[in-house]
Amino acid sequence: MQYDVIIVGGGIIAAALAESLALAGASVLVLEAQNAGAGVSAAGMGHLVVLDDNPAELALARDGLERWQRRRAVLPAGAEYRECGTLWLARDGEELAEAERKQARNRTLGLDCKLLGRAALYAAEPNLAPGFAGGLLRPDEAVLYPPAACSWLLANAQALGARLLEHCPVAELAEGGVRCADGREFRARAVVLAAGTASPELLPGLPLKPRKGQLAITERYPDLVRHQLVELGYIKRAHAATGDSVAFNVQPRATGQILIGSSRENEDTGAELNWPLLGEMLELAGSMLPALRQCRILRAWTGLRPATPDGLPLLGPVPGRTGLWLATGHEGLGITTALSSAALLAAQILGRKPELDPAPYWPQRFHQLSGSALHA
Amino acid sequence: MTEARFELIVLGAGPAGLAAAKAAADSGREVLVLDDNPLPGGQIWRGGPDQAPNARARAAFSALQHPRIAYRPGARLFAAPGPGTLLVELPEGGCRLGYGQLILATGARERFLPFPGWTLPGVFGLGGLQALAKGGYPVAGKRIVLAGTGPLLLAVADTLKARGARVLLLAEQAPLGRVARFAAGLVRHPAKLAQAVALKSRLLGIPYRCSSHVLEASGRERLERLRLSWGGEEGFIDCDYLGCAFGLLPNTETGQLLGCTLAAGAVAVDDYQQTSRPGVYAAGEACGIGGVDKAQIEGRIAGLAAAGRPEEARRLFPARAHARDFADRLAEAFRLEPALLRLARPDTLICRCEDVPLQALQSCSSWREAKLLTRCGMGACQGRTCGPMAETLLGFEPRGSRPPLQPVSLETLVSALSPTDPR
Repeated sequence: MQYDVIIVGGGIIAAALAESLALAGASVLVLEAQNAGAGVSAAGMGHLVVLDDNPAELALARDGLERWQRRRAVLPAGAEYRECGTLWLARDGEELAEAERKQARNRTLGLDCKLLGRAALYAAEPNLAPGFAGGLLRPDEAVLYPPAACSWLLANAQALGARLLEHCPVAELAEGGVRCADGREFRARAVVLAAGTASPELLPGLPLKPRKGQLAITERYPDLVRHQLVELGYIKRAHAATGDSVAFNVQPRATGQILIGSSRENEDTGAELNWPLLGEMLELAGSMLPALRQCRILRAWTGLRPATPDGLPLLGPVPGRTGLWLATGHEGLGITTALSSAALLAAQILGRKPELDPAPYWPQRFHQLSGSALHA
Repeated sequence: MTEARFELIVLGAGPAGLAAAKAAADSGREVLVLDDNPLPGGQIWRGGPDQAPNARARAAFSALQHPRIAYRPGARLFAAPGPGTLLVELPEGGCRLGYGQLILATGARERFLPFPGWTLPGVFGLGGLQALAKGGYPVAGKRIVLAGTGPLLLAVADTLKARGARVLLLAEQAPLGRVARFAAGLVRHPAKLAQAVALKSRLLGIPYRCSSHVLEASGRERLERLRLSWGGEEGFIDCDYLGCAFGLLPNTETGQLLGCTLAAGAVAVDDYQQTSRPGVYAAGEACGIGGVDKAQIEGRIAGLAAAGRPEEARRLFPARAHARDFADRLAEAFRLEPALLRLARPDTLICRCEDVPLQALQSCSSWREAKLLTRCGMGACQGRTCGPMAETLLGFEPRGSRPPLQPVSLETLVSALSPTDPR
């Protein structure tokens, strides 16, 4: 049988894309190497946030957040959508001034946000360590549980006729289709590579690097924090360093648990925990939220973010490879931008006009993808 | 942060751990024994030296007086961040311990199987109820049914009866034929036979029914009534408590944390009790359920082997073979009847921590998928109860383990990882 589209990968990007394509009437086959949603999607924090430091990233994230918000009422309970808002914390006057500039930018863009002085900040988050100057609240941002959201998107796609094969790793991207590790071959007019950090295995030379992160989750402590908390120094810390870094980012989960992040490693790509770095990350979290020090850590784990050199995803056709598309490289914003990435790419695959300008995300922006240099 | 290094660390101060520590210390090794309970003795001698039930236990506890053995109770291992290093929570905080060799004597826990009502207050584990009673939990005058399998049923009944409980019934799941063959085979193990006879005579008057198990526990707020199957017939018993478990499961999580290979649900070991990780040994229930004789002999072998005395260890191989023979007979006689795997209804909880019923798991194809989609095993017990249930009932793959091994406070974790103070 000839499919319209084969999607290689079963994470949240693949799931959202399968749903978008199936909704438009396309016949879709999703091939997942392990369990759907068990890779990058399951390892991350599940935040829906709009960062404003890059116009293209902002456009995709904002569209993504709005799409999640519109579908909030129909999400299953297990997806644990929680509109906790994001509270950016300013440690001092300098960071508070940055918060004010951020507020001004957000207002220009029409993004709802509220500057909190010291008193308002401590009223909003009584367990914060003393000494913060204030904060900036983005009230409509949210967190969710990605494996359940991914599973829901795939179930929607399947209800519309899409086919999902799990535990079916793809061995090769062939002309007009794929060949699986078990020898089966499937044909399609379009093949989308959406395999997260595994994507370069099928397309060597992709400008994609795994960027390792670590997370820890506590037992249940309802109301210890109320918003997703991020330090304004986050961007500095997360992106300045070429080496390993930690930044403060915690979330109140729907279960009452507190999810603690974050860290970035550029060289190590093993699944093992980096214990010294985990210690640094938790020490930082405990210094920001002293009550957290007595909380019991239930689990800690690692994950790999699929990162591109310019921080934008790879969404679009592979130059020189007829019918081959990319949907990967979302680094830490894959959950936020799953629905917008899917809409953007589905429109292009189906030959329709996308709502957003697709050019900033096209793979051809990288020289190694600009000619026909890539051959599987 | 405190940091210290030991030639040999023994994890667990039960029969296997105490025997291993003594054998190694007698051979000149400096040994640290860590145990997460407040008192030594493991599950079998859990009252510690002051309540040692017999001369054998007293002799085993004497290891703790050995000049080359240091002992730390209340020590919870939570991570093994690299070769030769353990992170441990001590009563005073987190600490990092280095070791040259390691002996795992982590024991066993009870195996639970789900049936409707198994999570009601008043329903306990079998060994759990015994431990509570020994610890002073009031059972006098209470109507108690004990259900499960193996000699533990009799031992628990003995404890409860001695404390004034009204034990109404011992429901043994295994059929009479197998139990009778096992009893006849005890001739090869005369000491065990004598124990069994003495125990049975103290329990005269308490009905002991084979081919019997609980079908359902019910009650409004707590357990009030049991529906049971005995020898193919069904009946009801009103009672206050149920003690129920289905044998023991090796505690393999520490072995898994250290990367040791498992076989048949236990830590795999060679003739010298060494695991797949060089320098890491295992002894006792952790490498196969078999009781106190097997545990002590394996502990001695592990201790001698770790101390570089393989010849002396070899001399204990015949005794170990004899003890393992008993363990094999026990396992065969009291293997679980298939009917026990069909008691849960679709709405019966499997994961108590995260409230996951059986029906939510039936659409999943693996433990990984079940965790992702239902949160099964993601709660405070980290899947120690529901993981084996899902393996047995649904054929899921054995679960892996994610650090920390046990929940640990952020402060303890940070302090164990912080750089050593210069001295």
